[in-house]
Formats: sequence, C-alpha cells, structure tokens
Amino acid sequence: MDFGFSLSPSSAIDLDKVDLSLYRRLEQTVPDIRSCIACGSCSATCMAADYSGMSVRKLILNLQRGADVKKMLSCCMLCGKCTMVCPRGINTRKLILDVCRYYSDNKL
Amino acid sequence: MKESVVIIGGGIAGLEAASQLLALGLSPVIVEKSDHLGGHVAEWYRLFPDLSPAQDLVTHLVSSTSGARIYLETEISRINALKDGYSATLNNGDVLFCKAVLVCTGFHLFDAAKKEEYGYGIYNSVITNRDLEHWFGGLEDARIPDNPRAVGFVHCVGSRDVKAGNTQCSKVCCMTAIKQAIEMKEKFPEAEVYCFYMDLRLFGKKYEDFYISAQRDYGIHFIRGRVSEVSEDIDGRLLVKAEDTLSGKPLKVRLDLLVLMAGMVCSPQTGRIASMVRAEVDDDGFLRSRDNIYSIVESGRKGIFFAGACTGTKTIPETVAEARAAALSAFRYIKEKA
Repeated sequence: MDFGFSLSPSSAIDLDKVDLSLYRRLEQTVPDIRSCIACGSCSATCMAADYSGMSVRKLILNLQRGADVKKMLSCCMLCGKCTMVCPRGINTRKLILDVCRYYSDNKL
Repeated sequence: MKESVVIIGGGIAGLEAASQLLALGLSPVIVEKSDHLGGHVAEWYRLFPDLSPAQDLVTHLVSSTSGARIYLETEISRINALKDGYSATLNNGDVLFCKAVLVCTGFHLFDAAKKEEYGYGIYNSVITNRDLEHWFGGLEDARIPDNPRAVGFVHCVGSRDVKAGNTQCSKVCCMTAIKQAIEMKEKFPEAEVYCFYMDLRLFGKKYEDFYISAQRDYGIHFIRGRVSEVSEDIDGRLLVKAEDTLSGKPLKVRLDLLVLMAGMVCSPQTGRIASMVRAEVDDDGFLRSRDNIYSIVESGRKGIFFAGACTGTKTIPETVAEARAAALSAFRYIKEKA
C-alpha cells in the first residue's frame, strides 16, 4: 500500500551487528592496521583521491565498521605513496593487496 | 629555633615539599583535613607510564617526612598576617607561627553524577575511573560484571565542558583511560574495549607508546566522538550512543560496563584557603600564580607559595617537581628576609 511516504533506512552504525570478518583477517596479515590514527596523510597524498574518493583512512575505518570498500579500491593504482607518508608505518600497500586478494578469492 | 613553614594539604605535593624543607633545615608542619596522607594518589592502584604501584610512592614520601609535624583530620580555621610571617589557627585550637605558608590543597574529582546523561548513580554498570582503580586495588564492586563482553571508557567527563563549569583539559584522563583500558583487557582478554574521545592528549614521556600498544597489542577501539547519552536495554545492558565523527554517522553499541573518566576540577577547599591568605583565584577556579611561566609556585603575596594541582591540573611528576621548586622558593624567601 502506498501511503505517500517511505522510511529511509538508518545510516547509524550498530557496533553489535557489524560484520568484522574481513577486518579480523587483515588484523592477522597487516597487524599495524589497528594503529591507524586517522590523520589523513594517506588520503592527502593519494593520486587517485581527487577523482575517485579513494582514501586509505576511509578504507580502514570502513573495514572497522564492516562497510563495503570494493568500489573505492577499484580506483587505487598501487603507487605506494600512502605507505611512504603513514606516520604509524602501516603497510597500506599490502593492506590494499590483501583486501583485493580476499575479494578475488571469494569471487566477490 | 628552626623557621617553620605551614603546608596546607598532605597529598604528594605537601609531602614532597615537607621532605625538601626538612633537607633544607627548616621545620615544616603539614595540616591535612582527611585521615590519611598521600591524597588522591593514596587511593590509586597503579600509575602510568610504568604501571608502578601508587602505594610505593606514597610510602616513600611518608617515610621521608617522618621529621615533620603532621596534623591529620585537622583544618585551618584562620590565617593572620604578622609582622614577619603568619599565624595559622587550627580547628583543634592550636596556633602555628610560621615564616611562610605553602598551599598544596590539590584538586577535586568531578562528580560524574552531574552529567546525568551518562547515568552514573542511575544505571548499575556505570562507574568512574576512581571506582575502577579501587576495584583494581582489591575493593569489591558489585557493579563490575564477572565476565563483561564489552567495556567502554568515556573521556573528558566534566572536563572541556562549559556547561559543567570547567573549560580546562584535565590532562591526565586520556592516559588514565588508556592505562585502565589495557588493564581491563588484561583481566578480560575476550572483551571488546572502546574508548570514546574528543581529542587524545598524550603529551608525556611514553604516553604515545602506550597508545600505540593499546591499539596494536590490545586491539582497543578508539572512537572519535563524545558519548551523547546512555540508556539501559531490556536485558540490563547499557546502550551507548555517540557520533562516529570520522565516518560522520551516528553510532551505537551495547556495553556491560561503562567507565567515566571524571576530570580534575578545583577543590572547594582551595577557595576557602585562598580567601584566608588573600590569594587570587583564577577564572577557572584554580589559584592564580604570579605568572604561568616562571613563577607558578609563587602567589602575588609575600610568603605564600603554591604547589601541585591547586593552581591547575597536573600530573604526578609535575606536582612533585613543583613541590621541590616551591620548597626552594620558600627557603630562599625566608633566608633573604633573615
């Protein structure tokens, strides 16, 4: 029945329900992922960011909140500049490759 | 006869100052309102950044002041300026004559129940940093569950909060939260631990290392966003709401224990003493030093000195260093007058 209005889905994050399976896997292969301080150096230096919304900071945050990261990753050129600028020494390039590997292994 | 200095407050500032004054050949008298020495530190279990027992520090300080006269459960009723010093009348009737007065009245821990939205005193599983520290020290606390699945820490409770009347940063709570979060994770390795922060202010030696370790080695989650409200669900678990400001989305999580990092605020005692010695009070409620760079331990008045958290929020090493500085300043003041 059409009441002439609809409810928009909630954008709130419910930490009890988020799916962290990918994040938990990455914690094993790139343990430094936990020490991100969201400074944004990676995004600021990213060659693809201006045109595509690619951001390693958002990538890590989305992984921690169980959100999808596939679209963002498709724009990465693997140049490695984000790895060079990270003050916490996170191997962001390996992180990106591991996420891609997870997606291709699972045919997602 | 040795010249005497009255020290108001037997916390770590008062004790360290007394020990230094003894070494300088003066005669300190400590007047402490409570029934124990060591102040807030005596109630703490372990201290950052070395996780050393707080009791060791207090025991050391108390033993190094054994030559001082100490009044416990005693308050100052009146201080009068004399020609060459001060006289302090105690509430037990004693009158102390001294050349200088050292104010070490410390701070007051913010009453977390004032932030009603966090539910302290309303919900069973909301406690403060002090409650948790007491529990670490071996005190029973029925509010702390046997096997929590999720534990949260709220930073800046009563600090950086105009509505709570405190604009100042309490300075030590970020580091205390991280220390306590790690200690909780050690006790309950299976529990998820969340820290809700506005900014993380980790300025001291080893603080940042602690933070990195909390993230990397303990997997503690840091969420940038201030908790807006806490409620209880039908199972008695806490529902905590905040904004995840990094993703710009509202966030909620269910917790079994919430720890409020109550901050340092000015002690009501300090204002009373300030009016007795006619020292100025700053607009944050703490005592006003002669200046905030070179003369923090000096008041605007002759023979009145300050040490520790009576002039603002301080860490323990800062307080101890100030106590030494104040003792030396008082010593020089007395010698130069003589």
